[in-house]
Amino acid sequence: MSDYNFAYLDEQTKRMIRRAILKGIAIPGYQVPFASREMPMPYGWGTGGVQVTAACLTPEDTLKVIDQGADDTTNAVSIRKFFEKTAEIAVTEKTGDATVIQTRHRIPEEPLGEGQILVYQVPIPEPLRFLEPRETETRKMHALEEYGLMHVKLYEDIARHGHIATSYAYPVKVEGRYVMDPSPIPKFDNPKMDMAAIQLFGAGREQRIYAVPPYTKVVSLDFEDHPFDPSKADHPCDLCGAEHTYLDEVIIDDDGGRMFVCSDTDYCAGRQAKGHRGRLSPTEEAAQ
Amino acid sequence: MYVAVKGGERAIDNAHAWLAEERRGDPSVAELSVAQIREQLALAVNRVMTEGSLYDPDLAALAIKQARGDLIEAIFLIRAYRTTLPRIGHSRPVETETMLCDRRISATFKDVPGGQVLGPTFDYTHRLLDFKLAADGEAMAAQMAAPRLESTPHVTEFLNKEGLIQTEDRSEDTPPDLTREPMELPANRALRLQALARGDEGFVLSMAYSTQRGYGNSHAFVGELRIGKVAVELDIPELGFAIEIGEVELTECETVNKFAGSKIEPPQFTRGYGLTFGQTERKAISMALVDRALRSKELGVEMSNSPAHDEEFVLYHCDNIQATGFLEHIKLPHYVDFQSEMELVRKMRAEIFAAQHKEAAE
Amino acid sequence: MDMQSLSGGFTNPPQDSSRAFRAALETLARPGTIHDISGAKAPAPVSEAAATLILTLCDPETPIYLAGAHDTQDIRDWVAFHIGAPIVGPERAMFALGIWEALSPITAFPIGTPEYPDRSTTVIVEMEALRQDGMRLSGPGIKDSALLALPDLAPFQMNAGLFPLGLDFYFTAGTRLAGLPRTTRVSDLMEAN
Repeated sequence: MSDYNFAYLDEQTKRMIRRAILKGIAIPGYQVPFASREMPMPYGWGTGGVQVTAACLTPEDTLKVIDQGADDTTNAVSIRKFFEKTAEIAVTEKTGDATVIQTRHRIPEEPLGEGQILVYQVPIPEPLRFLEPRETETRKMHALEEYGLMHVKLYEDIARHGHIATSYAYPVKVEGRYVMDPSPIPKFDNPKMDMAAIQLFGAGREQRIYAVPPYTKVVSLDFEDHPFDPSKADHPCDLCGAEHTYLDEVIIDDDGGRMFVCSDTDYCAGRQAKGHRGRLSPTEEAAQ
Repeated sequence: MYVAVKGGERAIDNAHAWLAEERRGDPSVAELSVAQIREQLALAVNRVMTEGSLYDPDLAALAIKQARGDLIEAIFLIRAYRTTLPRIGHSRPVETETMLCDRRISATFKDVPGGQVLGPTFDYTHRLLDFKLAADGEAMAAQMAAPRLESTPHVTEFLNKEGLIQTEDRSEDTPPDLTREPMELPANRALRLQALARGDEGFVLSMAYSTQRGYGNSHAFVGELRIGKVAVELDIPELGFAIEIGEVELTECETVNKFAGSKIEPPQFTRGYGLTFGQTERKAISMALVDRALRSKELGVEMSNSPAHDEEFVLYHCDNIQATGFLEHIKLPHYVDFQSEMELVRKMRAEIFAAQHKEAAE
Repeated sequence: MDMQSLSGGFTNPPQDSSRAFRAALETLARPGTIHDISGAKAPAPVSEAAATLILTLCDPETPIYLAGAHDTQDIRDWVAFHIGAPIVGPERAMFALGIWEALSPITAFPIGTPEYPDRSTTVIVEMEALRQDGMRLSGPGIKDSALLALPDLAPFQMNAGLFPLGLDFYFTAGTRLAGLPRTTRVSDLMEAN
């Protein structure tokens, strides 16, 4: 594929993105402005993540791409193919074999290690955006560490609903300084963000890059009387029996029958290969 | 058994094949050539070049063909292509005074030096469907006057000589480029103009229209509208001078707006400016009105909370590629987040029912 | 212009710079680790690591400050030919290159603003050698603690105290690279014990 530069982006664009990534690493949770480029896929399809991944990839990397936790969802397939074509790198569905993982909406169940980079696709990087629509104002709020509005909002939730009514994109505080949007991952995934891998966040349309270095304190906002609760569906996986994973609810018949399966397809397949079985596993059905 | 979205790869390939077939339409009907689009749908081509920020009629026509006539999709194709191009150099600012005008009108004066030239405009056509075109689109050649060779002065300069309009200071600063640097607010005028030139025609039109209807009133006159070709020159450092590398067709609009003056400053007109590729006058006029509205703070006039006066609102929402991408992305699977919302709603409902139950029992 | 100034670029720029960037990312994300970085050669006394780092990260949009013995005509020519970055004083530098004594005092460099803390200088300090001993490091990127020999103590402690503002550092020797972001807390091994 000689029509495009390695990993699609031109070198000057990559340098600009790389500088932004490094400043992001140096200031965990702070959103670094960058001159996001038009990519050959639309805004909202992961252009920020794709640009960050393109700036990070080396010819020796092995890339995994997931959307909703699955390698086989259409957008994950499309992004994986894009990098296979433009960077000629190895790809995998196995979390443990990947050196770079691009994700939309999930953190893999298998703990990530040193030597891995997790790249998040981010739609709205500003955690304060729904409280204050103006960039000029939210920038000031971050500068002054003025996060009272966010706590008021969360507390109003509790007063009205008895709960903090945020179940995904649940705000976190990074290293005791910046309030950060963890991207629209379910809050179930928030505790995993304290990890050994490098986490990079790319928001293409909004032109922001931010980062969480390894072993960095990431705390979900909460209150003493309402501690953070990383809840999930109260079921085991119907295919692998896992009780500790995030589950997708699937409607399986016209009467509205449900099954619950791991959203992380690679993790579920790995468990099944090891002999774990769930309520609706094919082998068990056959045995009955 | 139905399990999530599987077989993504095959589904994409099939969808693309179908799309290609739909693009071609009925194969018994002759295929459109890129040249036909370029020549006969020139105004669509112009819009794609303007909002795509790339002057290349052939590529714009190709993009329209590939996008099945969806102009925003075509603009997107052009933008994605443009961003891969290396920057060889920067042209000098074009001199629109030397434009070879196909059209040049002023609404503020009955006649002006250089004359009123209507050019190829829909303005005074009767909007009656011409059924003759359905059968035969051939046209008689129009009569041509000898081209004007001398440069055509800008109408606002006549006002400026009298001191009636604010002077625009020349700046040697390199203008910012939002395709190379992230948007930073507050934006200077050059950056705002770039964003508006790339902005969606419909959005910029509606913003301009809102200022006319009283949302941030700054009554505008079209001081001048001119359309024509100008030379593009590039500085060659090795040569030490600039050489002409080609020409582009531009639409330039300058509006004259009222300004009541202040206690210290005598009353004076103010300016709005629009510049676009090709013949795209609706866009250029809209751009000039919105430019002027966004200047209200620096000019110290008609401050209001109107949308068109809100730089952040206008600049962050005028780009149709950003807008359509984010809007349409909600078609992508969101079931992980939706799942967590369902869990929360169920949990909260269960707690309320339990509490009601307990109350009823007591 | 010396011939030396025209040579010493990457053989395969996209691939070479991608590997160099990953070393730069890993070392800054994991203070105390040392990575190899190579591929570019600039006139002496610029180390291969420093040459590779600036060739990877700098371009006409990043003003560079060359400190002390690193400000030679040969090096200016090399930067002009390979990078095109403007050479500026410390107060406008996005990147700075030199030995510690020449770079000091580091108070001349921009440390960013409360609204834009990223607008601060990245300082590349050329060292005799890089060693994992001397100072104890802790903070983001470090599991418990790490060790790295630094050319000084108080300026790095002061810099960390500026967080979220502050400078970010790279240390180079030969083909070796280490990083020290503003978030790293530094203490003397002797004092800590």
